[in-house]
Amino acid sequence: MSLIQLLIDGIASGCIYGLVALGFVLIYKATETINFAQGDILMLGAFVAFSLIGVFELPYILGFLLTVLIIGSFGFALDTVVIRQVIGQPPFATVMLTIGLGFVFRGFASIFWGTDIYSFATPFSGKITEFNGLIISYVNLSIIIGTIVLMTALYLFFTLSKIGVAMRASSENQLAAYYMGIPVKLIFSLIWAISAGVAAVAGVLLAPITLVDTSISLIGLKAFAAAVLGGFGSIPGAIVGGIIIGVVEQLCGTYENYLFEGIREISAYLVLLLVLIIYPRGLFSDKAEVKKV
Amino acid sequence: MRFIFKTNYDQDINIVRHNGDRISYGLLVAAMIIMPFFIDDFYLGELSYVFILAIAGIGLMILSGYTGLASLGHAAFLGVGAYTHAFLLTNGIPFYYSIIIAVAVSFFVGAAIGFPILRLTGMYLAIATLAFGFIAEHVFIRWEHFTGGNRGMVVPTPEFAGISFYDSATFYYVCLISLILSMFAAINILRSPTGRAFVAIRDSEIAAQSLGVNIGRYKALSFAISAGFTGLAGALLAHYIGYLAPDIFNIFLSLTLLLLIVVGGMGSLHGTIYGAIFVGSLPQMIAIGRDYLPSSIASQPGLEPLLFGLILVLFILYEPLGIYGRWLKIKLFFEMFPTYKKQTFKKQKTFTKSDRV
Amino acid sequence: MSYFDVNNITVAFGGVKALNDVSFSVDQNEIFTIIGPNGAGKSTLFNVISRIYQPNNGNVVFDGKDILNLKAHQISQIGIARTFQNLELFENATVLQNLLLGRHIYKKSNFLSDMFFLNHVKKSEREQRLKVEEIIDFLDLQHYRDTPIHGLPYGVRKNVELARALSTNPKLLLLDEPSSGLTNEETIDLGFWIKDIKNLLNITVVMIEHDMSFVNKVSDRILALNYGQVLAEGLPEEIQSNSEVKKAYMGE
Repeated sequence: MSLIQLLIDGIASGCIYGLVALGFVLIYKATETINFAQGDILMLGAFVAFSLIGVFELPYILGFLLTVLIIGSFGFALDTVVIRQVIGQPPFATVMLTIGLGFVFRGFASIFWGTDIYSFATPFSGKITEFNGLIISYVNLSIIIGTIVLMTALYLFFTLSKIGVAMRASSENQLAAYYMGIPVKLIFSLIWAISAGVAAVAGVLLAPITLVDTSISLIGLKAFAAAVLGGFGSIPGAIVGGIIIGVVEQLCGTYENYLFEGIREISAYLVLLLVLIIYPRGLFSDKAEVKKV
Repeated sequence: MRFIFKTNYDQDINIVRHNGDRISYGLLVAAMIIMPFFIDDFYLGELSYVFILAIAGIGLMILSGYTGLASLGHAAFLGVGAYTHAFLLTNGIPFYYSIIIAVAVSFFVGAAIGFPILRLTGMYLAIATLAFGFIAEHVFIRWEHFTGGNRGMVVPTPEFAGISFYDSATFYYVCLISLILSMFAAINILRSPTGRAFVAIRDSEIAAQSLGVNIGRYKALSFAISAGFTGLAGALLAHYIGYLAPDIFNIFLSLTLLLLIVVGGMGSLHGTIYGAIFVGSLPQMIAIGRDYLPSSIASQPGLEPLLFGLILVLFILYEPLGIYGRWLKIKLFFEMFPTYKKQTFKKQKTFTKSDRV
Repeated sequence: MSYFDVNNITVAFGGVKALNDVSFSVDQNEIFTIIGPNGAGKSTLFNVISRIYQPNNGNVVFDGKDILNLKAHQISQIGIARTFQNLELFENATVLQNLLLGRHIYKKSNFLSDMFFLNHVKKSEREQRLKVEEIIDFLDLQHYRDTPIHGLPYGVRKNVELARALSTNPKLLLLDEPSSGLTNEETIDLGFWIKDIKNLLNITVVMIEHDMSFVNKVSDRILALNYGQVLAEGLPEEIQSNSEVKKAYMGE
């Protein structure tokens, strides 16, 4: 029984990793850059939700949607004002830029909201349900269901809508896409908005578990493992990758005594390195072949 | 504008192009040597810290600036150097041997890491080094036998030739000599066939291969050499801070090193020095600036990361060639006066092009 | 067996056969040109020889050695050099530094002796510089010696690419579309240089080309490819009058 309990906890935390990884993958598919500040955007989402729901005491749903809207717009603005300047430059520039931005967000959060640990009331906190002897918390349920809903919506959006195809074109050759009349800059900013929104959703769903403070941005880095494991070009891959990481973490935590102490905290990074060394394509990659020389 | 009349190949091969430069650099070194007679212990300590940063910067510059390989977890090598050195000292190994072994250990750890991940390109390599950095930090915290675990580790102060490290001037000279030797080693590597191979890997792997450069071997070598320099800096850093707390070799320290090479100017050893001076004096400037800020902001611990991140972002956006790049532009301005055109350095419009095959 | 033999090379990507059972021979000291419409598989062939691609079938023998056992970075050691269609120069380095990299395979030092810049390293640097200067004289690049690549005009860049391949002192030179993008004068100069490379430097040249008048003036023998298969092999006059070749180029 406890194994299944473990699995559910792993799947729930894995969903969070998956959502963050989703943000990475979206931006990477569109602009071939990696946003190292994704975890920090998640953190900002949690903080904004805290302000709206916890401090101003807005109803949960309203606060949730408003948070996503605010953070999404922030993502759009971020691309328009900052990220756009370095597009086309060697990857090192964007890596440095987003890492720097991550630190700026974290520093800003600790100054604006302070360094205490905060929390806010959600309709799921503290409630549990029983099913065949299993105890499942409402919070975990909310995470899993929320992820499924969001994933489906995004998947449909990208496969069925014209914008999805346009996004694909822009990512493969920006100049050619321009010639085809695609408003590339707008599309890139939209991707950043969507990516930020997804991170915000993850932040709000995660808040009841981890509470709200600046250290939750480190989740972003574990989510890399999920993105790479899933194969950096694939949306369902990101979620699956995340779930695998989440479950592996739980297993490492439980069987710590058989491995070595403290393995749980670095299990995500170990998986990441293993995948990169042995099978960098990932599980669901859409590339014919990872370009190698 | 200076014209150099060349009469033999040595003038291109040598480190210093002509006598004028020889004199300027000579004066600089001389000034550094007589420093302890003019400034007091506190500033000597600060200068030593800048020298240590410069050595670490040389390591990262060779790897990222010259070979084009990202390393987001370089603080790990500072840690390897620091802990190895402190551990050996605590167990009675004399200073000279301890530091050489620390450098060697760091070198081999670099090679060991470089080998498996050398096939990765760009983004994937960056992520892998980031993961490595986190794992290393974790290992430092947990490996009690070697690093003292959560209790941390006190770094013994060695005595040799009758002079003790307690004396700031001694430590200052050790750092200065280390920096000068490191500079020589780095300059030599970079003007030799090995260094050319590194730059070839950065600019076009496929061409480098067709010219006979074994990409895998040279990437691993670059990692190893870089780790060696950074390990040396780590060993000296251990003395500078005296006590190794469990979590100091973290991502913020890696970011500090990255800030150093970006702000200084990627792709040049001059940049390393400028970057080291900048990053070394940053805490002082922040401390001074704190007096002018409202207390609610100034007292926050998040201020330092915020400013570091902000400076990094601003340099990437507006001065990607770093301080050295700005210095070159200023020199060009004076050399070409009054015909200097701002357009010379205007950024070309760039577009993304997919790396996917 | 001739100097350079390509035997039954097949390269398939998924279901598409980029090269299908391609065979031909090149004699020592000849200028051998490969022609064919775009997509015929010419660059794929070069990539197989430079060991960037692994063929599904066949072998390649150079001067008695089977080269498919070699890795990409070992090709220059046995005397094969190549240029790239889209130019793969080291943009941030000077012309001189690009050419010096051509001498990499003659390096006798390791990184430790480099670090201390021992005397034999300095001596070697002077020797390599001397060799590279010969190439610079050969291709008239003196003016551009210390200029970084990113400031140079296209014609000069193509020259540097050729010079760099020559710096490796090769026995076999693979040129990928050397005349593409060149003006008429530059193409004529190129023709003279390729003939000099054959006659004065005794290097065997295999090149991919599109400019038919250039091909006919310079080549000793020609191979025509289409859709990954060999159409014809022979003297320029024979290829010119070959009906299959004409069909492939002009359509029915």
